[in-house]
Amino acid sequence: MANPNLTQADRQKLPRTQMPEQDPKERVQNFTEVPFGYDAELAMAEAERCLLCKKPKCVAGCPVGIDIPAFIKAIREERMNDAALILRATNSLPAVCGRVCPQGDQCEALCIEGNKHDPVAIGNLERFVADWEVRNNAITIPDLPPPTGYKVAIVGSGPAGLTAAGDLAKMGHDVTVFEALHRPSGVLAYGIPEFRLPRIVVNSEIEYIKKLGVKFIYDVVVGITVTVDELFEQGFHSIFIGTGAGLPRMMGVPGENLVGVYSANEFLTRVNLLGASKFPDYDTPIRKARHTVVVGGGNTAMDSARVSLRVTGNHVTLAYRRSMDEIPARKEEIHHAIEEGVDFQLLTAPVEVVGDDKGQCIGLKCIRMELGEPDASGRRSPVPVEGSEFVFDCDTVIVAIGNSPNPIIPRSTQGIEVTKRGTIKIEDATGATTRPGVYAGGDIVSGAATVILAMGAGKTAAKYMDEYMRGLPKP
Amino acid sequence: MHIIHSTRVLAEKIHEYWVEAPLIARKYRAGQFVIIRTHDQGERVPLTVVETKPEEGLIRLIVQEAGKTTTEMAAFKAGDGILDVVGPLGKATHLENWGNLMIIGGGVGAAPVLPIAIAARKLGNTVYSIIGARTKDLLILEDEFRAACHETRVSTDDGSYAVKGFVTDALKAWVGEGLKVDQAIIAGPIPMMGATAKVSKELGIPTMASLNPIMVDGTGMCGACRVTVHGKVFFACVDGPEFDAHGVDFRELNLRNQAYRTQEAEAMRRMEDHKCKIGLTNVAREGVVQHG
Repeated sequence: MANPNLTQADRQKLPRTQMPEQDPKERVQNFTEVPFGYDAELAMAEAERCLLCKKPKCVAGCPVGIDIPAFIKAIREERMNDAALILRATNSLPAVCGRVCPQGDQCEALCIEGNKHDPVAIGNLERFVADWEVRNNAITIPDLPPPTGYKVAIVGSGPAGLTAAGDLAKMGHDVTVFEALHRPSGVLAYGIPEFRLPRIVVNSEIEYIKKLGVKFIYDVVVGITVTVDELFEQGFHSIFIGTGAGLPRMMGVPGENLVGVYSANEFLTRVNLLGASKFPDYDTPIRKARHTVVVGGGNTAMDSARVSLRVTGNHVTLAYRRSMDEIPARKEEIHHAIEEGVDFQLLTAPVEVVGDDKGQCIGLKCIRMELGEPDASGRRSPVPVEGSEFVFDCDTVIVAIGNSPNPIIPRSTQGIEVTKRGTIKIEDATGATTRPGVYAGGDIVSGAATVILAMGAGKTAAKYMDEYMRGLPKP
Repeated sequence: MHIIHSTRVLAEKIHEYWVEAPLIARKYRAGQFVIIRTHDQGERVPLTVVETKPEEGLIRLIVQEAGKTTTEMAAFKAGDGILDVVGPLGKATHLENWGNLMIIGGGVGAAPVLPIAIAARKLGNTVYSIIGARTKDLLILEDEFRAACHETRVSTDDGSYAVKGFVTDALKAWVGEGLKVDQAIIAGPIPMMGATAKVSKELGIPTMASLNPIMVDGTGMCGACRVTVHGKVFFACVDGPEFDAHGVDFRELNLRNQAYRTQEAEAMRRMEDHKCKIGLTNVAREGVVQHG
């Protein structure tokens, strides 16, 4: 139980509770989750470190505004069920967020403890509570209000769509989610590997949303199989578009269509969604690379590198054009990748994919970079070092440098304005697009971002979709 | 699950299926395709849609046995189901009244261009067609082409039926006889499309090719279907599947489509082994296992 005798100064001296995890040598041979998570004892120990600030800064750092001190206090007092209810009040996907949110840049970055010591491990605690809920079969479905009669269509079942769907269902609306793939949860299913986000965790979150009454329809590409106009004709009162980041961005260098060059999306989809690591038990094949070079420095690059280690058991290099100070991936993923043996080549940019006469990739020509002045993003921009070209002897290249928006909805839908970059234009405060009743959020609006930002956008849109529909004639 | 209403063998290893897919049947336009998955451990495979019956909610697929999935599909019967069918994917063919339109289909490539021929004729084009195959047993849809087009010529590479020669020979001959072709649309095996594009360029005929790259999601997300056209990279699933044939890098497309040849062979070998083990016919004949 909580120790009420600890002073604030005592709490500040407590060391951050480490999360036990799989040994790197073993885990590169499996897809099982890397960190084991806290048990109740470890969670309560970590919860003791929280100062329960009167004016908590951490909450301001959370895109969905979880009442962080309240749920941590509940853990400290071993009121796990209360902790779970506090999380669920604002977050439909706590088990996902506890694992994939960039806490280091959000809540934990603002934690007072972090000024002198390590911040409170808010993400680890969130994960603990969500897992506790699943283990103890304690997921409680809230009492739903009487049906409003309003029908909502959600396009895309990724983090933005799921959040909007969950919130709108809790408000009493009749919600249907349309998904283009054969399985729900978008990037959580095809993009993020099992060792970072086990499928069973995602499935239990989907089950929760289904229990709120949300219906899921798969294999439907909104904009093609059924258009936004037709959804309105079918009686939907409001539509949320959360179609995610679309087309993978390629490098624009010679040879990038050689055999052996993958976009990260293709590589990860083959393995995560289609089971290619289990070929030929599963029908989808994947290259067994001798040496893979992953280009990029975000979470997707880390995921690609670590999946590649597990699929091939061979050498994996990560080429990133800036330095470790600018690398955008979560600290934990970088750390895990290094432990597992990914060879980090920083300040290194691709120039050309080298192929043989059979069109197979046999190398990646790169150039070393140095850092110049900060660019628009505030990061120091890399400048090539003349004459420093060299070639990685590799047979597979995975390109993980971002995505550009998918054109299907804007192309097929009247009245939805897009930006110059091709993302959907919205009113920031509400998520409303330029077409009445249609809202949007997540990567299709922001460009490639994080799970939690997409969820925040889904949440905002849900609130204003509710408001919009209640302004319509009673159905 | 999408129930199969009927199946039919059109030619050696080429099968036709009428499948329930009401939303797709309603939306399909010539040039588009679907992606299917037959079971939970299955791969996503793009397939040609040849015809639809919107009022009955049916689509007609024509499939050549090539990899594991399409070979397994050969055993499908009416009443069986296809787990996932998504579509109609890709852009519909850009059609206008060009005047004299030449449709060229090689082998199973006749399937994607048949609906285009029908739609183009409705727009007022005079539609000529050449369908070819390696040999007589691989030729499909001849009667339907003859019905759909103003005039149809048939060639086989080995001369086992109709005129001996390649579709390119037939095209050259026809133009040589004085036929003025305003636009051509081609589909078929990649070497056939490459050769036809070369000839049509020499003849000064604007030509569109319906490409068939490897695809995974089919909505632009994965980028597996990258093709180079006039030096620029496109995604065939959202930008295509049809492109200016005179700009397509067919060599690259061919190489990319063979990326998994070794694995495909392995999957096929395993499937053959598996067949022997449960060997319904062979084993039963030897009296080891009795069924029913």
